[in-house]
Amino acid sequence: MRSNPKTNPQTVKSTDSVFQVRNANIYYGSFLAVRDVVMDIPRNQITAFIGPSGCGKSTLLRCFNRLNDLIDSFRLEGAITYNGRNLYDSNIDPVEVRRRIGMVFQKANPFPKSIYDNIAFGPRLNRYKGDMDELVERSLRGAALWDEVKDKLRQSGLSLSGGQQQRLCIARAIAVQPEVILMDEPCSALDPISTLRVEDLLHELKQQYTIIIVTHNMQQASRVSDRTAFFNVQLSEKGGRTGYLVEYDNTESIFQSPKEESTREYVSGRFG
Amino acid sequence: MSSTGAKENSGIFQPPTALDKRLDSGFVWLTRLFALGIAVLLLWIAFQVAKDALPAIQAFGLGFIFQSAWNPVTNQFGVLPQIYGTLVTAFIALLIAVPVGVGTAVILSENFLPLKVRTILVFLVELLAAIPSVVYGIWGIFVVIPLLRSTLGAWLYSWFGWFPLFSTPLAGPGILPASLVLAIMVLPIITAISRDALTSLPPDLRQASLGLGATRWETILQVLIPAAISGIVGGVMLALGRAMGETMAITMLIGNANTINTSLLAPGNTIASLLASQFAEASGLQVSALMYAALVLFILTLIVNIFADLIVQRVKRI
Ligand SMILES: Nc1ncnc2c1ncn2[C@@H]1O[C@H](COP(=O)(O)OP(=O)(O)OP(=O)(O)O)[C@@H](O)[C@H]1O
Ligand SMILES: [Mg+2]
Repeated sequence: MRSNPKTNPQTVKSTDSVFQVRNANIYYGSFLAVRDVVMDIPRNQITAFIGPSGCGKSTLLRCFNRLNDLIDSFRLEGAITYNGRNLYDSNIDPVEVRRRIGMVFQKANPFPKSIYDNIAFGPRLNRYKGDMDELVERSLRGAALWDEVKDKLRQSGLSLSGGQQQRLCIARAIAVQPEVILMDEPCSALDPISTLRVEDLLHELKQQYTIIIVTHNMQQASRVSDRTAFFNVQLSEKGGRTGYLVEYDNTESIFQSPKEESTREYVSGRFG
Repeated sequence: MSSTGAKENSGIFQPPTALDKRLDSGFVWLTRLFALGIAVLLLWIAFQVAKDALPAIQAFGLGFIFQSAWNPVTNQFGVLPQIYGTLVTAFIALLIAVPVGVGTAVILSENFLPLKVRTILVFLVELLAAIPSVVYGIWGIFVVIPLLRSTLGAWLYSWFGWFPLFSTPLAGPGILPASLVLAIMVLPIITAISRDALTSLPPDLRQASLGLGATRWETILQVLIPAAISGIVGGVMLALGRAMGETMAITMLIGNANTINTSLLAPGNTIASLLASQFAEASGLQVSALMYAALVLFILTLIVNIFADLIVQRVKRI
């Protein structure tokens, strides 16, 4: 049986949502990975996706910047709108979408180029005409990395520590000043101090950007996010594991007074 | 640990036996021996060649590499034209084979084509490497040269004949047909190694680039190829070695003219081709001169490789 996601009636008005997901079913070939997602992602807020492994958080996240298009077997039913326009309309160029919507991956993936060139990569793609040095500095400051790397901008991005590399990737993402930043478990490989750094950063970034963050860390979700979506997996008739949205609400409600029993169990760690 | 330490042999762990250790160090020594063997073999060949070349070295000294005459009758020998021919044919071959080979590698490592088609193409490219060089030579004589004479060669001469590089008509064998066939011969090396380098890149690199809004071509040209560059250059180096050392096909196609002609449409010669075409009938000082030429090729290859290695180091620094 499907449980309809409970959406808080006082959800922000639709004009304030960046994304609207309507009855999204996501397939890999004939395998239904995620079903029946209905959700609005509010502007200039942080939305967290939580849920057990394999429930399709990454899959859904990658729909927002059409990165799934690279997977041949991927197919989306339903609609996702971005600022009111259907993201999967045939006249939408996925490359342009990805320029507006940045992404930070679970594993830090700097280019094997200098720190400077890593940051400048996106702006150069966009034929940025302004002062590149200034933009690089601003982006690195934005990602709280400037002080650590300002003397070695010409060194390889791969020479940094794992936590620094991840902040480099965040700096690289914000350098193009996207409207939205998607983050897939950005702190999963970071130590607690770097994690807190990134979280502080998220709070600052929120002023300008809309952020969606996938995390397995409940404290992190409750610390940083304004709204939280809990996904779960269900065995389908064919034996496949299909993810679905259980509950989507203000973070406080999800953690203090969830409406679904499974949400309560998951956020309190008594899951499974 | 200490609480259970009283009970001895509670785990299944055992220290490595003497045999394990001996096998381990034996294996290390074995690999050392192999590596050493290759170095010794190389030095031994170089030594033998140098020994046989000694009379010619004493007779001509360093002037050997600046002299253009190759006259067994008067015993005057110099390999400047052959050095020139070796470098020029190898250079032109790479000029063609590098872009085509790397381009092929990109197509074969990306999913522009269906997997089935790509698998067949990979197989065909590898087949290209298995064709004996004498077959390339025959193909060059009967197909490439006639074709060039009526098309590209004639066109270059009639339009750019004023330019020293194309100042003679293509009469038959020459540097250009030899270089073209050479390009096809080294193509599979460049393609196979570049493709390996490209496909072994971490997939997140591609994701990172596309996620920033780069197009496929921007991703390939600005991220993937630079990331794979040391592998690609390694392939080009191997191809260069092959191009400089190729013998049979070149002998059949280059015309074996021991003179320097600026025109690429004129016959020329390479060191390897000189050796192949003259060794059978050589005697006396000529044998020694040929050995000296082999030594020059040896050193030339070494210099080019060191030079290329320095370039790779520079490229890789970032
Ligand atoms: N490229 C793909 N091709 C086929 N199936 C895929 C692909 N990527 C993911 N899946 C499947 O989709 C389902 C959801 O995967 P997804 O990576 O979105 O889970 P997730 O919620 O992000 O898990 P985790 O928390 O472990 O990262 C899984 O069953 C997975 O096997
Ligand atoms: Mg995931």
